[in-house]
Amino acid sequence: MTLAPLYVLLGSYFALISWRAARDRLRPAAAARSAFFGILAVLFLIGDLLPPALAGVLVVALAVIAGWGLPQQTAAPASTRTDPGSARLLLPVLAIPALTIALTLILPHFTLAGVAFTKQSAALYGLACACIAALALALTITRDQPDRALARGGDLLESIGWAVLLPLLLAVLGTLFAKAGVGDALAQAIGSVMPLDVRWVAILAYGLGMALLTMAMGNAFAAFPVIAGGIGMPFLVSVHGADPAPMAAIGMLSGYCGTLMTPMAANFNLVPVALLDLSDRNAVIRAQIPTALPLLAANLILLGLLCFR
Amino acid sequence: MSATTWWALLPVAVVVLGFALRQHPARVVLVAALSAGLVGGLGVLGLLETLGNGFLSVRYLLLIVLALPVIAQVEAHGLRALAKRLVGSWQGARPGRLLLGYLVLRQSSSALGLTSLGGHAQMVRPLVAPMAEAAAEQEPGGADAAEREQARALAAATDNVGLFFGEDLFLAFGAVLLMQAFFAERGIELAPLEIALWGLPTAVLAFLIHGSRLLWRDRQRSRA
Repeated sequence: MTLAPLYVLLGSYFALISWRAARDRLRPAAAARSAFFGILAVLFLIGDLLPPALAGVLVVALAVIAGWGLPQQTAAPASTRTDPGSARLLLPVLAIPALTIALTLILPHFTLAGVAFTKQSAALYGLACACIAALALALTITRDQPDRALARGGDLLESIGWAVLLPLLLAVLGTLFAKAGVGDALAQAIGSVMPLDVRWVAILAYGLGMALLTMAMGNAFAAFPVIAGGIGMPFLVSVHGADPAPMAAIGMLSGYCGTLMTPMAANFNLVPVALLDLSDRNAVIRAQIPTALPLLAANLILLGLLCFR
Repeated sequence: MSATTWWALLPVAVVVLGFALRQHPARVVLVAALSAGLVGGLGVLGLLETLGNGFLSVRYLLLIVLALPVIAQVEAHGLRALAKRLVGSWQGARPGRLLLGYLVLRQSSSALGLTSLGGHAQMVRPLVAPMAEAAAEQEPGGADAAEREQARALAAATDNVGLFFGEDLFLAFGAVLLMQAFFAERGIELAPLEIALWGLPTAVLAFLIHGSRLLWRDRQRSRA
């Protein structure tokens, strides 16, 4: 199932936010904010029609505006009410996950205009439909007009600012890293400085390599084929006779320990900093390191115990 | 080890240095992308095309923005104060205890494949973080700004830990299938169940380590 309708929906919302930012001259950097969301709108609305190089120019423009044009942090919009609202306000918040899950399970059994939903498209259509239904529910409960809610959502998005763009930029950077052969170079570098024919050295190189490469690329999925292919298969399995099943599972989870410690995993570690209005950019990573390091050490021991029973 | 291999590590060095020197992330990405294009010999046009195509194919990451009008609307009508009041009616509420409960929910639902039950925009910002913050304020002596921030950061961290070390137990999860495909290409047949089961010890340890940290935090705070 194509995601184009969802991108048109979101692109229109970005266009609306851009238009609002251009008209609102009271807040700083109106032009930069308007241009930022305007370019996002173009990439979402007609991105597939553009020549890829032109789309690339727009991505660079976005990154430049994010890096130099947008204010560091705009204040999060103040809640208009500080007294507790009705308990019914919980309903729209809980409706988003509930409906997303229901639709994710139901949609794959249907086809739309002869096209079937894949698992990913079902989850994304599920999320979008759940958000629209939850918005209708929220407007009914608060007896408010849709434009007010859209404006408030836009203010919230602007308070998150350039951080919304980071997960996408870093995902693209991961692709570039793969093209430049960064992962293979790192696997080779580890292999050339460590004597991998010693079993415990190979275990350390594999587990730490997964964590380090995940920290560099921001994604354990990208690190796994490189480290499992460069260290796991040739040394742990072929030379030392490791059981591949625990090696794979625990290796991937060593990568996850790396995910907890890197700003490259922006949607997990940097976006919440903006969403929760934290003053220290590394606050979430700092809160995770005392869990990630002991767990990584435990994984290295588990690799030694479970791969060689 | 050849010079070209070390040369290929330049983009990683840029990223590490950039983040270590606390440069603006968008600027770090731009410079790292330039260096990766240089190392990969992509040329200007190739670099731009890779950036463009790469960005277009990950646009789905931003669909979560559709939840923001809902969250902003209920927040404007007093949701966060409501979340705090809910915690206020539980006298023994402490941030660690509360987040331990959330960790149980988040990790077990992720293990069943229900990963959308949490998330920073939909769940942590409107509910979990205000509740953790309210619990911190209930502690003897109250909570200053730094302690409230710490409670919010811990709420985000708990969401991540629960998600990461829950979803890997789910048989149809992408990582499990990725590992299966990786070994199938190399002539080793592994069942998804086999891979998911070997993730269990780490998942249990993740729960024990993060859970005890949460309870330890409450204990330290009550002694202070």
